[in-house]
Amino acid sequence: MKLLVDMVDIQKYFPGVHALKSVQFDLREGEVHALMGENGAGKSTLMKILSGVYHRDGGVVKVLGEGVSFSTPREAQDAQVGIIHQELSLMNDLTVAQNIFIGREPRYMLGVLNEAQLIKDAEQIFEQMNVAIDVQAEVGSMTIAKQQMVEIAKALSYRSKILIMDEPTAALNDKEIRELFSIIEKLKADGVGIVYISHKMDEIKQISDRITVMRDGEYVGTRESSNTSIKDIISMMVGRDLALEGTKVPDTSEAETALEVRSLKLGKFVQDVSFSLKKGEILGFSGLMGAGRTEVARVIFGADKRESGEIFVNGQQREINSPSEAVKAGIGYLSEDRKHFGLVLGMDVRTNISLASIFDFAGIGGILHEASIGEAAQDYISKLDIRTPSDKQEVRLLSGGNQQKVVIAKWLLRDCDILIFDEPTRGVDIGAKNEIYKILNELAAIGKAIIVISSELPEILRVSHRIAVMCEGKLTGFLPAQSSQEEIMHLATKTMQSSTLHDNQMSEISI
Amino acid sequence: MSNSTISAAPTEAGLLTSLKRNQHRFWAFSGLIILLIGFSLASPNFFQTSNIISILQATSVNGVLAIAATLVIITAGIDLSVGTLMTFCAVICGVLLTNMGLPMYLGIPGALLAGFASGAFSGFLVAKLKIPPFIATLGMMLIYKGLSLAICAGRPIYFNDTEGFSEISTGSLIGYIFPTLPIPNGVLILFLVAMIASFILTRTVLGRFIFALGSNEEALRLSGVNIDRWKIIVYSLAGGICAVAGVLLASRINSAQPAIGQGYELDAIAAVVIGGTSLSGGKGTMLGTVIGALIISVVANGLRILSVPQEWQIVVTGSIIILAVYADQMRRN
Repeated sequence: MKLLVDMVDIQKYFPGVHALKSVQFDLREGEVHALMGENGAGKSTLMKILSGVYHRDGGVVKVLGEGVSFSTPREAQDAQVGIIHQELSLMNDLTVAQNIFIGREPRYMLGVLNEAQLIKDAEQIFEQMNVAIDVQAEVGSMTIAKQQMVEIAKALSYRSKILIMDEPTAALNDKEIRELFSIIEKLKADGVGIVYISHKMDEIKQISDRITVMRDGEYVGTRESSNTSIKDIISMMVGRDLALEGTKVPDTSEAETALEVRSLKLGKFVQDVSFSLKKGEILGFSGLMGAGRTEVARVIFGADKRESGEIFVNGQQREINSPSEAVKAGIGYLSEDRKHFGLVLGMDVRTNISLASIFDFAGIGGILHEASIGEAAQDYISKLDIRTPSDKQEVRLLSGGNQQKVVIAKWLLRDCDILIFDEPTRGVDIGAKNEIYKILNELAAIGKAIIVISSELPEILRVSHRIAVMCEGKLTGFLPAQSSQEEIMHLATKTMQSSTLHDNQMSEISI
Repeated sequence: MSNSTISAAPTEAGLLTSLKRNQHRFWAFSGLIILLIGFSLASPNFFQTSNIISILQATSVNGVLAIAATLVIITAGIDLSVGTLMTFCAVICGVLLTNMGLPMYLGIPGALLAGFASGAFSGFLVAKLKIPPFIATLGMMLIYKGLSLAICAGRPIYFNDTEGFSEISTGSLIGYIFPTLPIPNGVLILFLVAMIASFILTRTVLGRFIFALGSNEEALRLSGVNIDRWKIIVYSLAGGICAVAGVLLASRINSAQPAIGQGYELDAIAAVVIGGTSLSGGKGTMLGTVIGALIISVVANGLRILSVPQEWQIVVTGSIIILAVYADQMRRN
């Protein structure tokens, strides 16, 4: 079969890091080749080399049989390599057709645009893809799924034979994923080769023909999808078999209550939420997207102002209306979006770790004792095993797992007694996940009261001592640690069930 | 990652980052040196002690204002009111010293206090009322201008009755100690203010928060920091520094001129930008700003010595701003 892409012995260095070590990758005509690996394994770097974003430091890249060396994404596009980034790069205020042909608009003399031709060309592409879409609609008004179709159409408009998709289903629902897959099948039939980057194992199994796994910047191996199990892929990715320990639930019946909230209320996402949390306990918050878990956390932390309700810390009522008051009360919040809300990416590790407790390091006139900041940072870097060249490294250069550890260090240094972890392992690779679970357990063991919010059921079941489930802004129940996924899902959809039930009853009555 | 790579990395990364961090200052500084050499070669009158001192003297007011602007700009804000606030404080100083006949040790702190309070008010508009800094300080710029004119009824206030007032800027403490180095006090004050501001920026909690506000304000808020309060403090400090500039200017021309001031804010922002501070916040140094202010004065002075007409001096200054920022962009890519 014809090779569309052949990459051999690819090397890439970043300052202080050997990011790609002699990596190989090829892509055949009409296949979906999945590229897998933990975060930081080098998948994106490899694909950025193929699509002209980065320059390689060694090795050979052949596209359609010819040796190439792209210096810009545009050159890659012209050589029929298209990439669809995880974060879509469309102009929201322009129409679908305008987006697809931006910079290449059909025109009359003197640069006057030929709108009719533009629309016709755009429609033709969607016809090929078998997708119904209004090419004159503004992109900003469309769903993420539709926008993704526009990205694909844009890539195809360059007559791309090679299409790189980076986490294409991250923001799609099941129905949209099926639509995407049928387009992928169509493209395959037309001979397009697709590089498919995803973390979702079942999806990979379903759509891909071959799977290549990378780890720590190295090539691990390539397998036919049909005769490779998910378990095999995971062990290739991790490099070892992961033993999943069960939770050992400590007895906290004698422990003091660290946090109690009564009848918290804010809009439709936080409706009459009451619960209590003991010292040394890990309370997992489960629920579907939009159930209101993050909103509850933000209200407790004072990031959003509650409409009503009471918050008690160590038995005393506290008036918490801002994060600074929450921190004074000993509550720390680790946001799900650590890049925007948890870290100052452009600042170094030591500054980020010390940010919440900076006054402890300040003398008269607010003068900082840099040496003690450095010591404190070093202390947590070794305690949490944060992998960074030094405490003066900018945090944006760290991997997701290590960034998360920096945020954890920040709150530990502040000596908070109550810690709220919102999606603590999002964007963190499997190895670092386990370390974070271990840290959570150790924190509980020394008496910290912990709330963990997670969308992943296995994670909730793995770390929680007790599970609170939310649905549509309400707490629908508490479950013990040894519950099943089904029990959680039942509570997570409880109010929806009753409303459907209600509808049925209504219709019965009307009949 | 293996342990060996971790232990090997620090020196390498440390050197690289420190080189990168100081690169811009290096460029700005080289630019200044090249300008000095160029003008010295072009005219024998340029590199004379008296001329260098007059360049420094001319830099003092704009330099101090640029320092004030730098603080605000690093927080990703902007302060358009620095020029007219300077004038406003000079007028207050005139009212206290000349109209009310207060002694200097009361009148000057009074003027500084007016600066801090006015700055705090701008900070209040930005932090509490959530008015974008550009708009809030644009409004304040006009308000200070109008107030200054109103207070003086449009006429300058002279400091002829206050003995020693002009010494604040034009006297020379250094020249008194080292007669061969008659550096005026105004220049001494510029460097003192720059050193203090640099110290605040790099060594204090306030400085840490100034950078954090410009880098990621929301992350700072969610770290439990009362960001409104700190923003007000930053604008207030900038206001206080504008008052220093006001006293300097008043002392140099021995009068408070209510009609001047507008336009100074643009020279100040130009110095900040030439000095490598990013208008999008989070990055900047005081040394860079002082170098930026010096570059502007050196160009103006050098071109005047070469008898280049003033209108063309302005064109050159504009070009230098664009060139400096272009160099900065090239460095980033």
